Amino acid sequence: MVNRTCLTTPLGDEVLSLQAGDQVMLSGIVYTARDEAHLRMMEEGIPFNPEGAAIYHCGPVIQGSRILAAGPTTSARMNSLTRFLLDRGIRALIGKGGMGNEVAGQLKGRGVYLACTGGCAVLAASKMSLKGVFFEELGMAEAIWIIELNSLPLVVGIDSHGNDLFADIAREANKQFHQGFT
Amino acid sequence: MELPEDDRLYQAVAFATCRAFRQAETTLPPDVIRALRTAAGRESSAVARNELSNILENIALADRLALPICQDTGVPVIYLTVPPHVPYSGRLLLAVSEGVRIATREVPLRPNVVSPLKRENYGDNTGPGMPSVHVRPGDCFSITVLPKGAGAENMSRLAMLLPTEKEKIPGFIAETMLIAGGRPCPPVVLGVGIGGTFDGCAALAKEALLLPVDTMDPFEQKLCDAVNTLGIGPMGLGGETTALAVKVRTAACHTASLPVAVNVQCWAARRSTVEVEW
Repeated sequence: MVNRTCLTTPLGDEVLSLQAGDQVMLSGIVYTARDEAHLRMMEEGIPFNPEGAAIYHCGPVIQGSRILAAGPTTSARMNSLTRFLLDRGIRALIGKGGMGNEVAGQLKGRGVYLACTGGCAVLAASKMSLKGVFFEELGMAEAIWIIELNSLPLVVGIDSHGNDLFADIAREANKQFHQGFT
Repeated sequence: MELPEDDRLYQAVAFATCRAFRQAETTLPPDVIRALRTAAGRESSAVARNELSNILENIALADRLALPICQDTGVPVIYLTVPPHVPYSGRLLLAVSEGVRIATREVPLRPNVVSPLKRENYGDNTGPGMPSVHVRPGDCFSITVLPKGAGAENMSRLAMLLPTEKEKIPGFIAETMLIAGGRPCPPVVLGVGIGGTFDGCAALAKEALLLPVDTMDPFEQKLCDAVNTLGIGPMGLGGETTALAVKVRTAACHTASLPVAVNVQCWAARRSTVEVEW
C-alpha cells in the first residue's frame, strides 16, 4: 500500500517538507486556470485570495452545476505565465507533464508542482464539487472554476528544494536517445 | 409523415455521427484496454503502476457513468465510408456537422473549436473546415470518429527526409517522443505515415491511429521498442511503457522524397465506428 500525505488548502509551510516522487491526497478549494485565465489575472488581478491557494491547470466539462470531466491540461503552456502567481503566495500548481526549469526555480522555498494523471477526467471529477466561477465569459475551458476537492490523488512532480522528477526522467531519456540514435 | 429520402439520409447520418461520438468519448476500444492492462502488469516502479491504475480506474468509471473519459473531448475527426448505392453530396457533410453539434450538446462535449487567429469559440465544435471529414468508398455505409485531443496532437511532427535516409526513420520517431516527454499523456500510440505527399503523409499517420494497437508487425515492434528505450513512462514520470504501440501506414511517393509523419495519440485512443441505418 502506498503511503500518502494528506494536504488541505489553504496550504502553508507543510508543502516545504514534500519531496519529488511523494504521493499526496489533496482536499479543499482549488482554482482552475489555463492560458487565457492567466493572461486575464495578469491584467486585472487575481479574483481570489492567492495566499496558500492552489491553481489547477484544467479546462473542465461542466453541465449546469455539475463537473462531469475535469482532468489536468498540459502545464508547460503556463511556464512563462506563472511567476506572478507564486509571487502573490500561491503554494501549489496542479497539472500534467511538468513545468519548465524557470518554474522549478520559482518554486524553491515556496511551493510545489503536483502531477495529476492526465486524461483521468471522470476519476478527478468524482472527487470534486463545483463552488463557483470567475471570468465565465472566457468560455467553459478557459474560465476560472472554483472547485472543492475531496482527496484527489497526486504525485509531487517538482518540490520546493529544486528536485524535478520530470526533468530527471527527461535527462535520462535524452541520454538514451543520444546513445541509441546519434 | 414520411420524410423525403434526402431528409431521412440527413437525419440518419447526423444520428450515426452523434452515436459514434457518444461511444468513442465514453468507452475505449477493447484492444486499447488490453494494451493498457498489459502495460500495467509490466511496470516495476510504484509511481508508474499507480498512474496506470488511475487510468484503468478512470476508464471503468467513465464507462459505468457514460461520461467522457477525458475533459479534452478533442476536435472532431471523421471518416465517412460511402458505398456505391448512397448518393454522395455536400449535404452528407452538413449532416455530419449537425451530428457533431448534437453530440456537443448531448454527450456533452467540451466546445473546443475556435477561429485560429481571433481565438473565438464557435460553441458547437464546428467551424470553417471543422469537423475534419475524410470520405472514402467502401461496402458498408459507416461513420468512424476519432476525437483528437490537443495535448498529443500538438506534439506531432513531419519530416521530408531524403530518399537515402531510410535508416533515420526510427530516430525521427524516437526524437518526436523525446521532445514530447510527458506532455502528450503517455503511454501513447504513435501513428506513423511513410510516403505519399507532404499533406498525404500526415493524413496517413492519422489513419494509422484507426488500426488495432494490440498487434504490431516486426517493423512496428522495432519502432515501438526504440521509443520505449527512452524510459519516459506513464505521464512522463518514468517507466517501461512510453508507447503502447507504433502503427504504420505507407503510400507511394516521389522518387526524390521520403516523407515521414508522426501523429501522437494519448493513452485515451478513442475511436468508434457506427453503421448508418436509413
